[in-house]
Amino acid sequence: MPDALLFDPAFLASLSGVGNWSVGFITTVAILGIAVLGLNVQWGYTGALNFGVAAFLMVGAYTTALITLPPAGDFQAYRFGLELPVWAGWIGGAVAGGVLAFIIGLPTLRLRRDFLAIATIGVAAILRTVANTTEGFVNRARGLNGIPGFLQSDFTPSEYRWVLMITAVTALVLCYLLVRALTDSPWGRVLRAVRDNEATAQAAGKATVPFRMQSFVLGGMLMGFAGALWAHRVGTIAPDAFSDLFGTFFLWTMLIVGGSGNHLGAVVGTLVVGFFWFGTPLIQEELPSGLGSQVFVIRQFVIGLLVVLAVLLMPRGILPERSRVSRWAPAPPGRGWLARLRRRTSPAAE
Amino acid sequence: MLDLAQLVIVGLIVGSIVGLGAMGLTLSYGILKFANFAHGDMMTLGMFLAYAVVTTVGTGALGPFSVGWAMIPALVIAMVGVGVYAAGVDRVVYRPLRRRGSSTISMAIASLGIAIMTRAVIQMEWGASPVRYASGINRAWTLPGDLKIRPDQVLIIALMIAIAVGLYLLLFRTRLGKAMRATADNPALADISGIDTERIRAATWLIAGALIAVAGVMFGVQSQLKFDAGFEFLLPMFAAVILGGIGNPWGALAGGLIVGISQEASTYWIPTGYKTAIPFVLLTIMLIVRPRGLFGSTV
Repeated sequence: MPDALLFDPAFLASLSGVGNWSVGFITTVAILGIAVLGLNVQWGYTGALNFGVAAFLMVGAYTTALITLPPAGDFQAYRFGLELPVWAGWIGGAVAGGVLAFIIGLPTLRLRRDFLAIATIGVAAILRTVANTTEGFVNRARGLNGIPGFLQSDFTPSEYRWVLMITAVTALVLCYLLVRALTDSPWGRVLRAVRDNEATAQAAGKATVPFRMQSFVLGGMLMGFAGALWAHRVGTIAPDAFSDLFGTFFLWTMLIVGGSGNHLGAVVGTLVVGFFWFGTPLIQEELPSGLGSQVFVIRQFVIGLLVVLAVLLMPRGILPERSRVSRWAPAPPGRGWLARLRRRTSPAAE
Repeated sequence: MLDLAQLVIVGLIVGSIVGLGAMGLTLSYGILKFANFAHGDMMTLGMFLAYAVVTTVGTGALGPFSVGWAMIPALVIAMVGVGVYAAGVDRVVYRPLRRRGSSTISMAIASLGIAIMTRAVIQMEWGASPVRYASGINRAWTLPGDLKIRPDQVLIIALMIAIAVGLYLLLFRTRLGKAMRATADNPALADISGIDTERIRAATWLIAGALIAVAGVMFGVQSQLKFDAGFEFLLPMFAAVILGGIGNPWGALAGGLIVGISQEASTYWIPTGYKTAIPFVLLTIMLIVRPRGLFGSTV
């Protein structure tokens, strides 16, 4: 399976025991969560249909690899190899994701929304083709190996797993706080206005295309950053690892199940869908043999099913978008059983 | 120059396949109003339904072709099977979304889920390794000017022309066709004129499914089948649809031929590995220069 390099469950399952599995799992979820936050800015807040998330992850991963790897050796063929520190690679990955978003956005963001979907799915395919075909650029299908890990040389391998996890979770928390601050601002409110009714937003004097572009670039940067984190985590990247199914549609399922338009929902969706995806190999041994061998395909089927069911039955996700657009706006009456209970127990709140 | 002419012939074959698939895609895009991302995987389903028939009945080679009479029932079963599948998906997924007044974008996202599910089912049923309808060599005919064409490829082009004529007759010489064009034009108006638009939508899915199944079988006749083969056609088909103008089947067919021929002919100048980028380049140019398509979007 060519996708093994990016999202290989065996990689997680091979670490012995569920405790060790959890460390790897949390690292994975934290990194993917950053990309899902990026998708949430693009789709959840602005309604930009990006079906090429894999392209952004890929650009981020390859940029950081070329920045941090030493110059190409005898049996390799890739450019640059600047041997810069890992943090420079992270910045490079984020910038590359943003630049890619800008380039894609220029021709497509002013057109009908489904054209962006078609264009981005195409960009992902083209970038894979270029990486696989161009001689002497990124080592073609052999991929790039030996990408240094962040602070890896300072720790033993068993300690390093924890360092990785803490780095990834810290990055996720910082990204979460950043996007929350940005989207809670007046800027974020314009994004939602553009998404819900572009004509009204224009009538209110907002130039909608630049706002869409800003949000698309911000999302692209987050995805590029996630790709960079991923590259340093796995150490080896190859073009076919960034497939549409895993690099794009998997993350879409996470966002839709979690609740698009709600950053916390995006993270929860990553956790829930990720748990299902990376957890199934753990129970594989327990399943009857006929089912056990099909478990990976069934898992893929369920990802598709989750998308359809979420759109049909739970279009707002586990944690729906909050309708209150600002903390200065008057609070709407609470809904749901918790709010009802609270009202019943404290009549003064009415 | 000879090489280039030969590449154009190959491009014509690829273009026929892309064009037929794109005709189905553009019909569903024009009438259902959303981009169906499951179209490529429906194509794979068509390929494998025919493969199932061929492996049960067996395919004796007929004359110069590599496939035999069994291909006819195989093709019919694939067309009906994919058509019914598409209409069934509409009934279960898209119709409830329409009733609720969901945006067409959420239908596009749902179609992505359908695509993943379809592909997974195909992989479960027929495995991940490539298969063929018939083994053996299909000896090429030599045309005047020393050009080579395989009998199978002639069959594909003939089938493409036959289906295109059939679709023309259906759309412009029957009441159903008229109703379909009316629904594409203005669903609300069609509805109050007494057209059962839900029936029209079901018919559209049947036709779109049948068309993409033909494209899948045509592809299968001359190549290996794999569970993700149809998905690879998704981008060329979208390029053809946008080139021709959304909802315009003739535009889609012409777009498909343009995409196929330019993709194959490009290998005369650039390395073969890059040819899959050509549909995308055409698509991008089209989006920048003339997003409503070469021929405008009308059914």
